[in-house]
Amino acid sequence: MGNALQQEDTTQKNSTLLGADELVINMGPQHPSTHGVLRVKLKLDGERVRATECVIGYLHRGVEKIAEHRTYQQFAPYVDRMDYVAAVSNGLGYCETVEKLLSVEAPPRARVIRTILTELQRIASHLVWLGTHALDIGALTPLFYCFREREEILKIFEKYCGARLTTHAFRIGGLQYEAYDGFEKDVERFCKNFERRIQDYVDLLTGNSIWIGRTRNIGVLGAADCIALGASGPVLRASGVKWDLRKAQPYAAYEQYQFDIPTGTKGDTYDRYMVRMEEMRQSRLICLQAIEKIPEGPILGKVGKVLKPAAGEVYHSIEAPKGILGYYIVSDGTTQPYRVRIRPPSFVNLQALDKMVRGHLVADVVAIIGTLDIVLGEVDR
Amino acid sequence: MLDSIAFYFFAGVAVLSAALMVTRRNAVHSAVLLVTTLLATAGIFLQLRAEFIFITQIILYVGGIMVLFIFVIMLVRLDIALHHIRFRLQRWVALFVALALGVEITVVFLFARRLPGQGLLIQEPAPADKLPPNTEELARSLFSSYLLPFEIASVLLLVAMVGAVVMAKKRIDQ
Amino acid sequence: MILPPGLEAILTFLQNWWVEIVCGVVIVAVVPLIAGYVVLVERKLMADMQARLGPMRVGPHGLLQPIADALKLLIKEDIIPDNADKLIFWLAPVISMVAAMTSMGAIAFGPAFQVARDINVGILFVIGVSSLGLLGIILGGWASNSHYSIIGAIRSTAQLVSYETAAGLAIVGALLLAGTLRIRAIVDAQQQLGVWFIFLTPVAFFIYLVASIAETNRAPFDLPEAESELVAGYMTEYSGFRWALYFLGEYANMIVVGSVATTLFLGGWLRPFPNVHWLDWLDFLPPLIIAAVGVYCVYRAGKQPVEIQIWFMWAVALACFAVAVIFAAPLFVTSLKFILPGLHGAFWFLLKVSGYIYLFMWLRFTLPRYRFDQLMHLGWYILIPLAIVNVLSIGVAMILESEFGWNRWFAALLTSLFTLGIAALLVNLYDKRAAAASSPATAAATDPYAG
Repeated sequence: MGNALQQEDTTQKNSTLLGADELVINMGPQHPSTHGVLRVKLKLDGERVRATECVIGYLHRGVEKIAEHRTYQQFAPYVDRMDYVAAVSNGLGYCETVEKLLSVEAPPRARVIRTILTELQRIASHLVWLGTHALDIGALTPLFYCFREREEILKIFEKYCGARLTTHAFRIGGLQYEAYDGFEKDVERFCKNFERRIQDYVDLLTGNSIWIGRTRNIGVLGAADCIALGASGPVLRASGVKWDLRKAQPYAAYEQYQFDIPTGTKGDTYDRYMVRMEEMRQSRLICLQAIEKIPEGPILGKVGKVLKPAAGEVYHSIEAPKGILGYYIVSDGTTQPYRVRIRPPSFVNLQALDKMVRGHLVADVVAIIGTLDIVLGEVDR
Repeated sequence: MLDSIAFYFFAGVAVLSAALMVTRRNAVHSAVLLVTTLLATAGIFLQLRAEFIFITQIILYVGGIMVLFIFVIMLVRLDIALHHIRFRLQRWVALFVALALGVEITVVFLFARRLPGQGLLIQEPAPADKLPPNTEELARSLFSSYLLPFEIASVLLLVAMVGAVVMAKKRIDQ
Repeated sequence: MILPPGLEAILTFLQNWWVEIVCGVVIVAVVPLIAGYVVLVERKLMADMQARLGPMRVGPHGLLQPIADALKLLIKEDIIPDNADKLIFWLAPVISMVAAMTSMGAIAFGPAFQVARDINVGILFVIGVSSLGLLGIILGGWASNSHYSIIGAIRSTAQLVSYETAAGLAIVGALLLAGTLRIRAIVDAQQQLGVWFIFLTPVAFFIYLVASIAETNRAPFDLPEAESELVAGYMTEYSGFRWALYFLGEYANMIVVGSVATTLFLGGWLRPFPNVHWLDWLDFLPPLIIAAVGVYCVYRAGKQPVEIQIWFMWAVALACFAVAVIFAAPLFVTSLKFILPGLHGAFWFLLKVSGYIYLFMWLRFTLPRYRFDQLMHLGWYILIPLAIVNVLSIGVAMILESEFGWNRWFAALLTSLFTLGIAALLVNLYDKRAAAASSPATAAATDPYAG
């Protein structure tokens, strides 16, 4: 694609005024607002951004290469570390992909519990997004409220599988741990409290004219642009495209539940904010429906100790909190995969940054990076 | 007694800062020394019981004009701007004007009482509590006897402001 | 005894001015400490509003935190950037702090505590000298020899200058009602009228509130000093005690701005309803409030987990009761009645200033930040026209009252409503403009493989 900054090279070298020339400013990789080690080079014309260039790779750990030298079960904890904010979803995607490769289905009880945990994780991920996004724009308080709610969810995870962040909650073929005693009660109590808490965030932000002024018409991405760039998740839905893999290609136990897909109209930052808030509400509804009726039965399907899938390839994608998370696994018949290619939603969404930022002021860049909800662990792998 | 101490202090600071100001190489140092000079002059106003002028000097001159000066010094690349200056006789003109001014002031001081109808009117300082309140007197005369010049001055300032904005906008749009 | 004339002059000077000198020394000595504790209060309040505890470790309930912070800042390495102008680098925070403290000199913290003995141009002095702090900001940004610092300093200065205009015009509104610039006379005018000026001109108070938040670089107007923004602000290169001077200057400025608002709008050192004599029992409120704080400390003392904390709470409670007795003494002992206005006046004044600063902090924790162009638009397009309209409307109200004999409250209400209507109009225009202007046009779908 070439260096976008070198192509547009107008100069005004005769000016004696500071700042009348075009200026290249570097943001990051250490910066409080880039949500990880992201480096963004901004070419400014006065105050407006004319072009950007993202430099990524600071968090590259060679996860896909590592996968070629681990067995399928051994690789499962590695995927948690990609999108470390929403580890459970990563695990779900990977386990379902390998199950598809093995042509094995997880039993119904496992699927329902997986759904509950994944929806809780979606809420937790959106809470991190909301807190940090609000903090970037200057609201100091929502961060602490969001993390207070997230603490409840992480306690549930800890009681379930022993870990809060990198959970490795699921196994290939189902689950390892039974839902603990009181699991339904904990989830129900959380969901009952959560409605009131969401109202807290709405009160603080949704109608606030400063918030609206900072987010309305900022970072607009039209529907056609979204589809052309491959954006997915709330970014896509805020532009008006009603595409959610939970409804379009249902997986886990999503077919059984009633929930809405919130969409926006304009595709600006405010719409993405409203879409994610509504998604948190819908996730809560899914959880409430799910815990009413968790089917009895085994939690692990018929999977042997040594996994040797037949040679072949499979692609499976799920709706992670940040967008479409896809796994493409090529098996050569051995216990270790031949190739694992991960399609992270943040990586693809990040490409939209250049389009969204052009023409905006420097102060908006931070808001736009926040609204994309990227996690560098996923972008770099 | 206290008056003299205050006067000599402020006057000394003013003269010293002015002398330093014109001899500095660094423009920002000169600007800061000009601020000191202006503050000392404001002190002299205060010592003369002219409180309104004292505070107006601080608000307008130091808080407004000097900030503007410092902005310009920082934003304009002086080394490049200096190349554009073609007028080389500045030092001689300055010397001539300073000498002429000095001669004028000396003449006025020395011959003050001998020239008919001219010269300085030197009054005895009135005790502070007998003076009419400074701000009210100024306001009274501004709004009664000097109303027309006041309004003309404000219209002039308005015209200057609008003109500056228009000129700046034109340069940005270019 | 014949003293040399110089010494005699000095002694007469001290004799006449010792009260003011003591007040001045108290200000210089106490204000940095008070500013440090205002920082602690802010952190505790922020924590409380954010469902956490705040500093708890250093001293009981974190009460020694400012001392620890000050010590740490004092022993830090003094870093001066390369090629920075050493003189200006040293001078800039000093200017900031000195401007803030000098402007406190003219403020009357009660009828008995004022350094500049009721200078003729009181309010103007406070505003003018506190605006000298601007120089500290811009010189600091320049002396740091960093591109980002200069940009941050220029932004900060532009913001301060714009909102100073709005604040000054708002103050003119209240000054019209007071009829004088002298600080004591303004409060006396409020006593004579029997009403705080905020009730006669609420629009001016709110304009001054918003403008003073922007003046002190507080959220939501703190873009020049926010950590998450690209341009890190004029304070970036300052570390250690130089940074502490800037910081303390900012909090001292908050106190100054709060004092000006209290003097002009909130009745200064007057208690609520100063002229209504059947409410004279309100005079007992200061000792009662302090005693109530003491009672609360006693109540909490029983719940402390550690023994030393129990002793500490009891000590605080006893101190509160002692202060309450001091405040109650002039009410009961007739010979001490002369200190009543001074003591109680100081209490009411500080209470109101604290309320104003509490409002500042509350807004900081609640609201997100304005972008710089939105900030400037708010100042120039909304606040300044509104302040001008407000001055006109107050003038009209005063004429209606004095020439046409209207009821003062009715005239004030009518003109305030008119001004509020103008405000609604301006805000409406702002919203329309913001909706129209800030959307770059979305082009047709881009081909992601191009380029």
